[in-house]
Amino acid sequence: MTQAAEPIQKVSIIVSHGSLEGVYPGLIMANGARMEGIEASLFFTFFGLDAIIKKRMNSLKVATVGNPGMHMPTLLGAIPGMSAFATSMMKKEIEKLDIPPIGEFITMIHDAGCEIYACKATVDMFHLMKDDFCEEVDGIISVGQFYEKAAGAQIIFT
Amino acid sequence: MATMNFAGKTLELDADGNLANRVDWSEDLARELAAQDGIAELTPQHWAVINFMRTVFEKDGDAPSIRRLTKESGVDTKTLYALFPKGPAKRAAKIAGLPKPKGCI
Repeated sequence: MTQAAEPIQKVSIIVSHGSLEGVYPGLIMANGARMEGIEASLFFTFFGLDAIIKKRMNSLKVATVGNPGMHMPTLLGAIPGMSAFATSMMKKEIEKLDIPPIGEFITMIHDAGCEIYACKATVDMFHLMKDDFCEEVDGIISVGQFYEKAAGAQIIFT
Repeated sequence: MATMNFAGKTLELDADGNLANRVDWSEDLARELAAQDGIAELTPQHWAVINFMRTVFEKDGDAPSIRRLTKESGVDTKTLYALFPKGPAKRAAKIAGLPKPKGCI
């Protein structure tokens, strides 16, 4: 018999992509952690910030170009409307599983006690302001602050 | 198979430590399981969650998702996590005498 491994106590999840399929995995991991009583925080960086920008969070799209997982030739994926079509298909399937739309999911995860942070370098790069973000954002923090907050956590990069 | 002793009876548990036979469940047992989890008293809101989970399980064969739980039981997300601080899905199901929920949400 091998000894049972120590249960995970805390996770810090980084979301760096802004497509629908780039954002959901991190949110599902964060929410799932809280459901299990694991402490969790989310750190949004680069295009991942779109998931917490008020004006953009509910209009994220599935990437149909440059996404080999779509099993679709690049030129076909580039046809106007293709990304919107793939997005609506995915949203339907997501709803069937009772996974909320991004905005509602962010609120649910935050209410579950998960802290939500925006990456300062990206905020500066894109000339964003605190007001651009949804109210669930707990702060705009540097990489150094992220590591401080992540002390003792497993860091998951998505 | 793991077991627990309660009120002079030996109850069977599943691999996750949850009750194996739902007929063994009682409100007194729920109070005992809650106490083991550090919940000193089951309030009416705890019971609202427990009873809703049991009702959904009877019908669907699985515990509800957190989203459905908060939308339909009248207990919001913040309250739910305050009621079951060690993880609402897993712990509430255990206290409700149900197997660990299968869903990810």
